[in-house]
Amino acid sequence: MHWQPTASKSMFAARAALNAQIRSFFAARAVLEVETPLMCHASGTDPNLHPVTAAYQPYPHAKSQTLYLQTSPEFAMKRLLCAGSGAIFQLCKAFRNGESGGRHNPEFTMLEWYRPGFSLTQLMDEVEALVVSVLACSAMQRLSYRQLFQQTLAIDPHTLPLAQLQTLTLDRVPVSPSAVTSRAVCLDLLYGHVIEPTLLDPVFVYHYPAEQAALARVVDDEQGQPVALRFELVMQGMELANGYDELIDAEEQALRFAADQLHRQQQQLPHIASDEFLLAALSAGMPACAGVALGVDRLLMLQTGVTHIDDVLAFPLVRA
Amino acid sequence: MAVYSTNEFKPGLKVMLDNDPCSILENEMVKPGKGQAFNRVRLRNLLNGRVWERTFKSGETLNGADISESSMEYLYTDGEFYHFMKTDGSFEQIAADKNAVADALNWLKEQDQYVVMVWNDAPISVTPPNFVEMEVTETDPGLRGDTATGGTKPAKLASGAMVKVPLFVERGDILKVDTRTGEYVSRAKK
Repeated sequence: MHWQPTASKSMFAARAALNAQIRSFFAARAVLEVETPLMCHASGTDPNLHPVTAAYQPYPHAKSQTLYLQTSPEFAMKRLLCAGSGAIFQLCKAFRNGESGGRHNPEFTMLEWYRPGFSLTQLMDEVEALVVSVLACSAMQRLSYRQLFQQTLAIDPHTLPLAQLQTLTLDRVPVSPSAVTSRAVCLDLLYGHVIEPTLLDPVFVYHYPAEQAALARVVDDEQGQPVALRFELVMQGMELANGYDELIDAEEQALRFAADQLHRQQQQLPHIASDEFLLAALSAGMPACAGVALGVDRLLMLQTGVTHIDDVLAFPLVRA
Repeated sequence: MAVYSTNEFKPGLKVMLDNDPCSILENEMVKPGKGQAFNRVRLRNLLNGRVWERTFKSGETLNGADISESSMEYLYTDGEFYHFMKTDGSFEQIAADKNAVADALNWLKEQDQYVVMVWNDAPISVTPPNFVEMEVTETDPGLRGDTATGGTKPAKLASGAMVKVPLFVERGDILKVDTRTGEYVSRAKK
């Protein structure tokens, strides 16, 4: 029976120091630490995220109600912003069903923060300041999603016709032809297999295809191509953070929920209702804002030079 | 036959891929930030030993391969097939062709036990024990008493295998050999 922690003793001290460093970073910038519920009535509807559910009973033997362990604290934090909180951050656990591997644990630690009035560029500057202070790494490159594909594969990911994209994907990724059904799948495969593993030095990738916008605003780029105002910070071939120029329009948000729900239905995934609290809060008004989530376990992995997430966790799922 | 989904892929699981039975070596989830999850899988083709890398969409399935492994006693060869017998009391016999015994050919000895892997009732591989004891059938005359100089010479064993042995080894000696490296370990007691 392996009851012992998978992280070494020194790792616990490193994690405690990192948490303290993060808190002092935000204290110095007057960003308020908040706590929001991890168990909520609603959840994100993203068809690629699978929330862990909890069966809540108001009293023993009562018919239980399905609640969701949060895949990120995003919706509750946005409601605080709508209520006039100003800049906020949260250091909390997040839960994602089925995500397990060398860089994933279904329960993990997330640092999420929101900056009213910040542009995506200003937020990248702040992420860079935090990460550089922790890792003492080099200055970070900034490349658009298009530039990245042009550099590595000599294609424009927004405009290459689907048939050519499929051919290229099958040529570069050992996957069955029946799997490459859409642009999104092809781009995800090429990004995950061919491009991301080569991104060792820290780089911000921004302007993702509009269909990968999630909860980011969509605008036309300088070539008139609709792109998502979203960035990811990648280093050592691993995604470390994901940021948005936040969608604050309640109607657009309701449409995205509906589109996600349709995708979930097509993929025979469980229905997840729209978060009415969030929609009501957005209707009341959310300040223009940029927000980002950063994987703290991964930051600790990079800081301590370990390559498996189990090495930074006291007890990964199998020992939890 | 069972059907396995990507989340059930574990090292050692035997599945069918491109009509060949394979054993899963590694399964790693790859998930872009906001995209769908994929499983990057390394598998060993059990017919030819090659290692394949494949990527599956999470949730894709593969059929299980009807593979069983059992300990069997080597009986004899008729020149074309190699005959083994189950040691579970059934005395059931099975004939393996040269492809299937390829990895064990150098280390076949009558009455020794081997692990035979069977796919759809046909043997596809034979694994020898880690150590076998075998008689030397040919080697240059031994230098009696020379146990210190550390020189080696070739020796041919009863199975036909060639191994490097110390100079003091003589024809008729029984040697213990590591089948994984093909190296001499020691002289065995007669």
